[in-house]
Formats: sequence, C-alpha cells, structure tokens
Amino acid sequence: MFEAPYVEEYSVQAGDFTAIGEASTKFRATLKMLGIPSEIVRRAAVVAYEAEMNALIHAGGGTLSMTVTPDHLEIRAADRGPGIPDIALAMQEGYSTASDEIRELGFGAGMGLPNIERNSDTMVIDTEVGAGTVLMATIRFSAAENQKSGEGRQAAEQ
Amino acid sequence: MKLRDMVQGIRADVLYGEELLDSIDIEYAYGADLMSDVLAFARPGSLLLTGLTNIQIIRTAQMLDIPAVVFVRGKKPQEAAVKLASQIKMPVLLCQMSMFETCGILFAKGVLPCHIPDRGV
Repeated sequence: MFEAPYVEEYSVQAGDFTAIGEASTKFRATLKMLGIPSEIVRRAAVVAYEAEMNALIHAGGGTLSMTVTPDHLEIRAADRGPGIPDIALAMQEGYSTASDEIRELGFGAGMGLPNIERNSDTMVIDTEVGAGTVLMATIRFSAAENQKSGEGRQAAEQ
Repeated sequence: MKLRDMVQGIRADVLYGEELLDSIDIEYAYGADLMSDVLAFARPGSLLLTGLTNIQIIRTAQMLDIPAVVFVRGKKPQEAAVKLASQIKMPVLLCQMSMFETCGILFAKGVLPCHIPDRGV
C-alpha cells in the first residue's frame, strides 16, 4: 500500500456550524482512496467528525490531523479552548455543555467523547483548563485487534 | 428490500435520486432526530429517517455509509443539504407521515431495527 506515514491536517474554524464535518469528509475520502477497509473508514470518519465537532463547539476551532501508517491510523484534534475541567464527567453519556444552536442541529447530546472512545482502539485526552485540549485516537488495521468497536456498541445498547 | 419498494410503501416523494432507487437494497433502518445517537447506534448501510432538515443530516449519513435519507412529518431539507446529497449521490425522500407511522410501515414490511440485542444482532 505505502510505507511512509501519510499525514493530512486541516484548520477548523468556528463561526459557520454548517461547515462542521468538512475536514472529516476529506479524511474519509483519503482513507477510501488509500484502500482502507470500509469498517475502518467508517470508524475513523465517526471519530474525526465527533472530534471536529467538539473543537468547533467547545473551543471555537482548532487543528484536526490524521496520520496513516501501514498498520494503524491516528486522529488528533488540538484546540486552545477552555479545556475540560472533569474528564470523567465529560465521558458520561448524556453530559454536555453544548449550546442550544448545536442542539437544534441534532448534536450536543453528550455522546461525542464516549462515541470516539467506542470507535477507537485507544483514546487519550490531554487537557488543561484555560489552555486547551489535545485528543488522540488510534485505530489499528489488524482484524484481531480492532474488535473493540463491535463490543462497545453492544455494551452501549445493554 | 429495494429502496424503490420502500418509497412506494411510505408514499414518499423523491426530491433527489430517482435513478438510484433500484440500485439500493436496504435491510435495516434507524429513526431519530438526534444525530448524536445516529452516530453512536445506526448501522452502516441502514436507512435514516429524521425530522431535522440541516446539512449535518447528510454529513452524518455520509460518515456512516448510510445510502439514503427519509425526511418525515412533511419536513423539507434545506437547500444546502439537498445540494450535498446530490453531490454524493444520496437519495433524498420526503414523507408526509409521522416518524411513528413511517417506521411502522417499514417494520411491517420486514425492515429491521439496527440493533436487536436479544437476537444477538
């Protein structure tokens, strides 16, 4: 397929909420072009879309990047927003600080971070109140290692 | 079930994608006005039914490889949403019925929910 890591990065800016998802759409197109299996592409698209939305909703924008290697991909969302004071609380399904404007679009239901975790093999959040947040999510390509998504989805239903 | 058969079953108008209806087979459907839940629980390849009309509906569907969207309750999607749907060749269907009735008709015709835990699906 390819040997050197492939890196793609976009700056996402606040202001126009209708633009949410444009960067994630480009990631998705790249992964399809690279011949990545469709289940991996779907998981990566959901992770990127949720992360892009979080950066725009809560931090007024940031940087969204994707690194693709032969055996895994990483999605990184970095912002200089207010930070997350209580990560455990933010990880609870249903907890959200999103505005009414975002809720009217059908989002802000407090599913974003849990959904990113569910669709990733690893998720790391580095945040500092007043300084910003960096979220890093990894998805492995190996079939034996990427079972987490299916299990997570079932667990969430029960 | 062919998307065309579903369109006839719920008496939907096709706002975009008439020529695509025979090429799309649908087994599952997910109905919601909460895109957060769609992202978390909808199955790839399922039909999305919603009463929201903004462009993010189409983007959300695109992320999940959802092949078509039904707008229920007589709601008409915004122009930007229809434009994006036509760019990515995603049929846009309009149904005058409520979410409940639309889902009920499709369920009675054999379309399945995205998750049926007690059947291991």
